[in-house]
Amino acid sequence: MKEGVVVKEGLRQSMSWVHTWAGLLVCWLLLLVFMAGTAAYYRHEITFWMKPELHKAADAPSKIASADAAVLAVRGLQQRAPAASGWFIDLPSERNPLITASWTNPPKKGMSREERRNAFRQQNFVLDPMTGLDTAAPRDTRGGEFLYRLHFDLYYMSAIWGRWIVGIAAMFMLVAIVSGVITHKRIFKDFFTFRPRKGQRSWLDAHNASAVLALPFHLMITYTGLVTLMFMYMPSPTKALYGEDQNTMFADVFMNVDRTRPARVAAPLADIAPMLQQAERAWGEAPTRVVVSHPNDANAKVELFRPSGRQLSNIEPSMTFNGASGALVSSTGPISTTLSARAALYGLHVAHFADPLLRALFFICGLAGCAMVATGALLWGVKERQKYAKIVAQGGKVGFGVRLVDALNIGAIAGLPVAFAVYFWSNRLLPLELVERSNAEANCFFAAWAGCAILAQIRPTRGMWRFQLTLGALLLGALPLLNALTTHSHLGVTLFGGPGLRPVAGFDLVTLALGLLLGWAAWWLGRKGKKQALAKPAAPAAAANPPAPLEAA
Amino acid sequence: MTPTTWRYRGAVASRAVAAIGGGYALTSSAIALIALALPLPRADAVTLATLLSFVIYTCAILWVFATHSAARAWAGILGVSALLYAVLWLVGRSS
Repeated sequence: MKEGVVVKEGLRQSMSWVHTWAGLLVCWLLLLVFMAGTAAYYRHEITFWMKPELHKAADAPSKIASADAAVLAVRGLQQRAPAASGWFIDLPSERNPLITASWTNPPKKGMSREERRNAFRQQNFVLDPMTGLDTAAPRDTRGGEFLYRLHFDLYYMSAIWGRWIVGIAAMFMLVAIVSGVITHKRIFKDFFTFRPRKGQRSWLDAHNASAVLALPFHLMITYTGLVTLMFMYMPSPTKALYGEDQNTMFADVFMNVDRTRPARVAAPLADIAPMLQQAERAWGEAPTRVVVSHPNDANAKVELFRPSGRQLSNIEPSMTFNGASGALVSSTGPISTTLSARAALYGLHVAHFADPLLRALFFICGLAGCAMVATGALLWGVKERQKYAKIVAQGGKVGFGVRLVDALNIGAIAGLPVAFAVYFWSNRLLPLELVERSNAEANCFFAAWAGCAILAQIRPTRGMWRFQLTLGALLLGALPLLNALTTHSHLGVTLFGGPGLRPVAGFDLVTLALGLLLGWAAWWLGRKGKKQALAKPAAPAAAANPPAPLEAA
Repeated sequence: MTPTTWRYRGAVASRAVAAIGGGYALTSSAIALIALALPLPRADAVTLATLLSFVIYTCAILWVFATHSAARAWAGILGVSALLYAVLWLVGRSS
């Protein structure tokens, strides 16, 4: 992009430049966001795998009516938290075999947000729908929730900072995708082109294939990701029409009924079973979530939700009852086209509507996104290194930028899978009675990642690629073994048992497959290294400088 | 190799600022105007305008890097933003 260049071939060239730099600057962060987001499609299943104490209860087939399950949960909440400000109950459903209940207490003065969050993590219990009794207390872990939050909040910083950083990276991504499409002359033809073992060409083809194959997904997921937090990123229309009164806008757009205040007059909570039966009659399907605000107060409110089903919208249909009298107050009506368009875009991103097959497809598209980011990052190094080909041949060194990018690539592409695997290992191996155990698991994730990243900076070589890929392969691939050694729900049980344990089997099989994939990558790199060593046995430069990673891969 | 003179680097940095900062200002003013102009209920107008923001921002950024020179990029971004803000100001005053 030279100043004053004649714009003929110029557009494609300048777009190529934008594509390269917009992509390179954020690719390592994007890889983290993509991996965590891809995993988050299965966050409930991951959480379930990470709480093996619940597996036994989930294995028993339960045919309990949702009204009866809700009554059980309410009974437990009345015993534990009659004065709570809110109760939250998840009833058994397709993706959740157990009854889970949690509550919030009225905020105490001087409590920080962090303290409140930590307190909230303690305020929950799980019931076995077969017996109505508490299950074995699950270990202190955030499970898939950690990966889900990592996807847009990052960690070790306030959520607002994390969201801005991820939002800026997403905007770079959007620019990189659009400029990549413009710069790509033969987008359709290239999709069918793959030239293996041709060095830079192969990486370009791999980048093109993973990008073009799932292009609609990448574009959709990036745009809808920005849409999920758009009122924060782009506040000017809200300012123009609502002034400083953001809350009214949120109430209008998200249609959450304004919060009722407690009357501070005691009134026993009405029987919840008739409400659930009424909702089930009206919907033809049982509610799966119950939210009670200000239980045992005259202003108590009971909201029932059902999954939005096959529709895209992320807004779950709900019915609201008066908690003291038990009378129906309102139910969600139809919403305007614009608002449902936003809800549909949001819904597309989180994919709550997806049935198992579609969810698997989204997961695979997410993996393709990881591959696109990774191959794009590698491609930069391969291209850049060619400029140094002569210098390296004479025994010189590659530039600082190339070395830095190589090291960051190793730390992100090979190091992140290690971090994910270590997170799961720590879930099984950390002592159960450890204080703040869930934080310790997260620390393990970042310690592993930092270790990989630092090692890569010290020695960004092909050997380091192989070492970290092999490590990731072993750690991920051995997770089913670890699960078998530390729990009773190993593959031999989960594959042939009831549907309740299928998520555990799925987790084991997917991590095994990903481990094999990494192992194959490590093996492939090693074979190539040997071939090259045989091809030029006495190259003095090669002895002085260990061949840099993926030199002409 | 690409010409990595200081002049070239300065031009690239200048375009980056024009794209990111200038593009954001342009987008903000444009979507605020769209929200005001849309003949829809308030909630819908805000939602639709905000949904469009990322398209506008992306186009602005790409244009900044596609145009002939950094000076032209700045002129375009500042000119359009100034115009939009002026209209916004007039609308704000008359209402």
